[in-house]
Amino acid sequence: MPRRHLLPVRIVAERRLEAPRGLGLLTTLGGIVVALVISGVLIAVIGGDPIGSYAHILRASLGSSGVLSDTLVKATPLIFTGLASSIAFRMRLWNIGTEGQLLMGAWGASAVVLFGLLPAGTSPFITLPLMMLAGFGVGALWAGVAGWLKARLNVNEIITTLMLFWIAQRWIQYWVFGPWSEGGFQMSPRFPREAWLPRLTDFASAVPDLGGLTVHLGFVLALVAAGLIWFLLSRTRKGYEIRLIGDNPRAARYAGIDIGRNIILVMLISGGLAGLAGASEISGVVHRLQDNFSPGYGFTGIIVAFLARFNPIGVVVAGIAFGALILAGREIQPAGIPAMIQGIILFCVIASDVFLRYRVRLEAR
Amino acid sequence: MTDTHALDATRAAPSAPLAVGMRDIVKRFPGVLANDAVDFELRRGEVHALLGENGAGKSTLMNVLAGLYRPDAGTIEVDGREVEFQSPRDAIAAGLGMVHQHFTLVPSLTVTENILLGLREPRFRLALGRYEARVGALAEETGLAVDPRVRVWQLSVGEQQRVEILKMLYRGATILVMDEPTAVLAPQETEELFRTLRSMTERGNSVVFISHKLDEVLAIADRITVMRRGKVTAAGVEAAGMTKRELARLMVGREVLESLEKVAREPGPAILELDGVGAISDRGLRALTDVRLQVHSGEILGLAGVAGNGQSELAEVITGLRPCSGHISVNGKEVANRPVIEVIEAGVAHVPEDRTGTGSAPNLSLTDNLIMKSYRTRPIGRGWTIDRVVARHRAEELKEAYEVSAPSVDTEARLLSGGNLQRLILAREISSGPGLMVAVQPTRGLDVGAIETVHRLLLAQRADGTAILLISEDLDEILSIADRVAVIYEGRVSQPIPATQADVAELGLLMTGVTPSGAVPGDDGGPRTSGAAA
Repeated sequence: MPRRHLLPVRIVAERRLEAPRGLGLLTTLGGIVVALVISGVLIAVIGGDPIGSYAHILRASLGSSGVLSDTLVKATPLIFTGLASSIAFRMRLWNIGTEGQLLMGAWGASAVVLFGLLPAGTSPFITLPLMMLAGFGVGALWAGVAGWLKARLNVNEIITTLMLFWIAQRWIQYWVFGPWSEGGFQMSPRFPREAWLPRLTDFASAVPDLGGLTVHLGFVLALVAAGLIWFLLSRTRKGYEIRLIGDNPRAARYAGIDIGRNIILVMLISGGLAGLAGASEISGVVHRLQDNFSPGYGFTGIIVAFLARFNPIGVVVAGIAFGALILAGREIQPAGIPAMIQGIILFCVIASDVFLRYRVRLEAR
Repeated sequence: MTDTHALDATRAAPSAPLAVGMRDIVKRFPGVLANDAVDFELRRGEVHALLGENGAGKSTLMNVLAGLYRPDAGTIEVDGREVEFQSPRDAIAAGLGMVHQHFTLVPSLTVTENILLGLREPRFRLALGRYEARVGALAEETGLAVDPRVRVWQLSVGEQQRVEILKMLYRGATILVMDEPTAVLAPQETEELFRTLRSMTERGNSVVFISHKLDEVLAIADRITVMRRGKVTAAGVEAAGMTKRELARLMVGREVLESLEKVAREPGPAILELDGVGAISDRGLRALTDVRLQVHSGEILGLAGVAGNGQSELAEVITGLRPCSGHISVNGKEVANRPVIEVIEAGVAHVPEDRTGTGSAPNLSLTDNLIMKSYRTRPIGRGWTIDRVVARHRAEELKEAYEVSAPSVDTEARLLSGGNLQRLILAREISSGPGLMVAVQPTRGLDVGAIETVHRLLLAQRADGTAILLISEDLDEILSIADRVAVIYEGRVSQPIPATQADVAELGLLMTGVTPSGAVPGDDGGPRTSGAAA
């Protein structure tokens, strides 16, 4: 039966029996390379110089201690939200409202300062832990609502977490336009110094080289959180239960695991981590609560989590890479390019999964 | 053990023209030589059984024939013409249709819509009525009774299989490859399938029947080809001259013990006691009615019955996975409607019916699968944490002891064959040192060698004093290893009788609901009140 073929070869895909070690990392890197090539072509099409653009992105994000510090500042909330997404996604709990939990965490941390519960001049050793705790707690509660609904009434968490984000956004607006507004502007008054997470530049009087470096303690907290989540998932009973539920909930039930309780717990942890992203951002960078202080760190965290294949250590790497892209976005024109690169990278990395599951080769016709 | 003497096909004089001739077929997968220079001949008008253990290369060979795989070497002739299939579409055009083990039907579409799916013919306007008439006529003509207008989800498994066959016939297939068609069928449905296949071959069609069940192969096949590890060990021998024992030897490559050693043992105290247990199925129908049952230490109680009579629900009720009414006690502790974890802690092990869906986590490692029941307690669980070193070590021990064949304990469970996965589940459940084991269809879909292992392990458990509830559709299995036998029918369990006194014919009648008066406890003989269940 004659049939015309476009290509002299055909693509043969066979299911892999077992993925070789390290292939996951390899395909991810391969996906990124392909994405950069595609982006390069697009940059060239709009009249840009791809190589020059990439070199500029690198210089503008990692080229000196100053910009490297700025990259880490941007990476901090992304690591937190990436972890928040990763732990939930590991259990196939689709918490896509981390942005809302981030906002509520920021609100919680602000409340510690702005409700005036602590007398002026309270030691930062009391103020800061309280702020972080409040950030974690309020973020956790916000996600916990969706978790409870899912566990008890099987309400779809994708819908609830997303809707709760919209509510959180209005909630922040209410407070910054209303009770906490500074002279009618849509922002709260500046926090006192004891509510600022220490930055490297704060030590410039002792070590002059640190001057201007704005990376703050939140980055260290994010690294610690990544380590803790890694330990939780791979070394603890709870982590085992989370992985088991994520892979096969029926097997988990069969093994005597209470799935509802784990859903609520994981939602609380996930929301808490997102809340920490908000708390550390306003305490370490913005130093006040204001509308639109997050350019969508929660949503970008979802991409970071996927890029890292939900691996907490991978989240740190992916978070820093995306921090660099965001930073470079301020530098290169048109500014839409880094966002486009982000999208293309995610596309290619997710598509590269096919090479993990199948052995693909070309065969002559 | 010496290798088998390959039996020669030429002994049987060819009585009909060849429908298919496959020669020197070689097919490699990464790390596996699935078909090693395999020859296969199918005559017009015959049922040809392709027999072999899981992984012997039967399905691979037939996937090559059906155009799903391309052979690395070898030639294929259909009706004397050499062919080279690029896709299943080419194969169907040559009159070759394959019915897979897992059906490829769309549940929400009707029978006719499913049959038309993928065809070029109804171009744009779907004049369904005309096609329904055609499908109906074909169904009648071939004896594959099924209503062309009904939606597929409403059909039983056996009827869905008929739709799959009709789909192939509608496309003009005269050579039908059936991949383990009986694996999903109840005994009566199997007989119906056999009648269908017979009537098809009488009209000059040919059937390849892939199976690893010896009884069925001997019942349906005209000729048999046996494969082992990618090679043919018996090519097209006449079924009439074969015995089960001989086939098993060709298939496994060694003598298979037909009788298992079973030590005489006085049953101990009752471990599991059910009293007046009732339950509702997922569809909201009454699944169990007033079940009264006792299983003693050191005995195997075999519960026979046709699938769908409440077996799954009974196992779930006992293991805490389904709510129920009535009383269930294990070692004197009431466990009815208690959380699963309490049932596990009461010493109940469970070999579930669905190995991949319930019994394992496919993408987790063997280690993670093996510690499913033991990760909470020392030495693997230490407070909040899991000791990975101990867990790994334990997994390696179990893998070794239960002969789970896999590259390492880091291998993902989904890569295990059915028999290996069942050994893994048994390893996990037995090593928990249970007082009661509930085993549901523990050998379904396994090959002869694996079935033997499972039976040996269950008997060893019995010798150790475990109470075993064996729920199975396979009467032979129950009669060969159980001490007492009961029958479940429409959610009611009959009074158990000693296996030595059990009569196959009588059990068969009980399984189809013909009750000698007084045999079913709790049945007052009055009209059934199950209402919607009918």
